Amino acid sequence: MDKIKKRLSFILNHKPVTVEVEPDTLLLDLLRETLGLTGTKRGCGEGECGACTVIINNEAVNACLYPAWKVENCRVLTVEGLGTEENPHPLQEAFLEAGAVQCGFCTPGMLMSSYALLQKTANPAESEVKEAISGNLCRCTGYVKIIEAIRKAAQKMNDPSISKRKEV
Amino acid sequence: MFEKYYKPVSLEEALSRLDDSRGRARIIAGGTDLVLQLQNREIVLDAVVDITAIEQLRYIREEGGMIKIGALTTHSDMAGSPLLKRSASLLSEAAGNVGSLQIRNVGTVGGNVINAQPAADTAVALMALDAMARVVSTAGERQVPLGELYRPEGGTALDPGREIVTEFSFYPPANGGGSGAFNRLARRKAVALPVFNTAVVIWTDQDQSYLTDARIIMGPVARIPFRAREAEKVLTGNPPGEHYFRLAAAQAAGEAKPRDSYLRGSAAYRKKLAQVMVLRALTKAWDGLEKRG
Ligand SMILES: Cc1cc2nc3c(=O)[nH]c(=O)nc-3n(C[C@H](O)[C@H](O)[C@H](O)COP(=O)(O)OP(=O)(O)OC[C@H]3O[C@@H](n4cnc5c(N)ncnc54)[C@H](O)[C@@H]3O)c2cc1C
Ligand code: FES
Ligand code: FES
Repeated sequence: MDKIKKRLSFILNHKPVTVEVEPDTLLLDLLRETLGLTGTKRGCGEGECGACTVIINNEAVNACLYPAWKVENCRVLTVEGLGTEENPHPLQEAFLEAGAVQCGFCTPGMLMSSYALLQKTANPAESEVKEAISGNLCRCTGYVKIIEAIRKAAQKMNDPSISKRKEV
Repeated sequence: MFEKYYKPVSLEEALSRLDDSRGRARIIAGGTDLVLQLQNREIVLDAVVDITAIEQLRYIREEGGMIKIGALTTHSDMAGSPLLKRSASLLSEAAGNVGSLQIRNVGTVGGNVINAQPAADTAVALMALDAMARVVSTAGERQVPLGELYRPEGGTALDPGREIVTEFSFYPPANGGGSGAFNRLARRKAVALPVFNTAVVIWTDQDQSYLTDARIIMGPVARIPFRAREAEKVLTGNPPGEHYFRLAAAQAAGEAKPRDSYLRGSAAYRKKLAQVMVLRALTKAWDGLEKRG
């Protein structure tokens, strides 16, 4: 039997998209292979490392376990939708300033998990930050600087005068 | 992995999709178990029936003195539920321990139970709560005690090509003078399957002078979540407190049949662990009761 493709429509990084997708395609492959958004990483491919974390309707999920057809009519946010090199998100600024990036492989996932946290909790305690990134594995930094960066980003977002970000 | 993806918006439609597929389709809820099983070819299917668009199956509510939880309720929903924290904290705690936030945001209680792992955290808690499952098919519906959703040799007793669980329901322990606790040990605090977990509920008479009933569930010490019936009997009829809790914990460890495992530790270690963990859970449940007075 042939796999019947479906025209899938959803909001990707604030813009509507429509793509043809096979029934058993996973969101991670749709993003990376079909749409060319390679910011979202494949680490373990089994839900353990969080490198593939994206945000669907405000919730952090592992794209490697997520059937693409589930995102029909959803809002999907990947690291590409967070900020740009010219206009980084306060989280991205803070990660650079705090030295929270070494090899960088975990960074997109870390950013998305912390973005989901800051959307819900403007002033997270350290324990809340730790819980939010507990599904994100980093093999380089030892986490201390990542936690520092997330708390710093929270400050920036609460006081926009200390961030260079232009609202988009 | 499969050729067809159905996303019905009603239960009736989901059931007829299953029937039409003649056993070659399965329900997919969060997919956090099923996607991996399909990728590893542990299960081979023609189609999956995604039930997450049936929004009426996602709720936690109190009704007629019972707590009712829709099968599509996520672990995050349960972990954050004020109603569960108040009336069945063993379940919200169990849910809060599942995987990572990403897994809890997607994984459902229905999937956790039907996937039938012996240490599935919320299944262990629901079993201690004497939960009933509402099972529907095109042939009708039935209420099944959670323990009967398992085959003794392991795996679900549900007909996965025809039946869907829609709801779990139970009486909150506090309403009957009871109190519960959940206790878990894993190699790390997050994204780690339990080396051992246990959920207990104890009930006393009005004066709290003796125990009227008890549930002690443990995992993974058998092919399915394991109920330590003999240990429960040690408690029933006897005064609450350390003496009988110790005896019951020792009995529970005696009943447990863990296997040697490189990941989870030796059988001998986990039998010792069972004793300590069950004792702690009973003590915690009793603390909850004493505080209530
Ligand atoms: C990285 C990782 C960590 C994990 N950590 C834990 C953990 O710590 N503790 C734990 O207990 N589990 C853990 N899990 C397992 C899993 O996340 C849970 O079991 C989850 O609750 C499964 O729910 P789901 O909705 O994703 O199920 P799915 O994968 O969608 O379904 C699982 C099975 O149940 C069936 N099913 C689902 N819903 C229904 C229904 N309503 N009626 C009939 N059949 C149904 C499906 O057909 C399938 O066979 C982990 C998984 C991963 C990937
Ligand atoms: S790649 Fe998805 S969790 Fe590791
Ligand atoms: S920076 Fe290398 S894995 Fe985190």
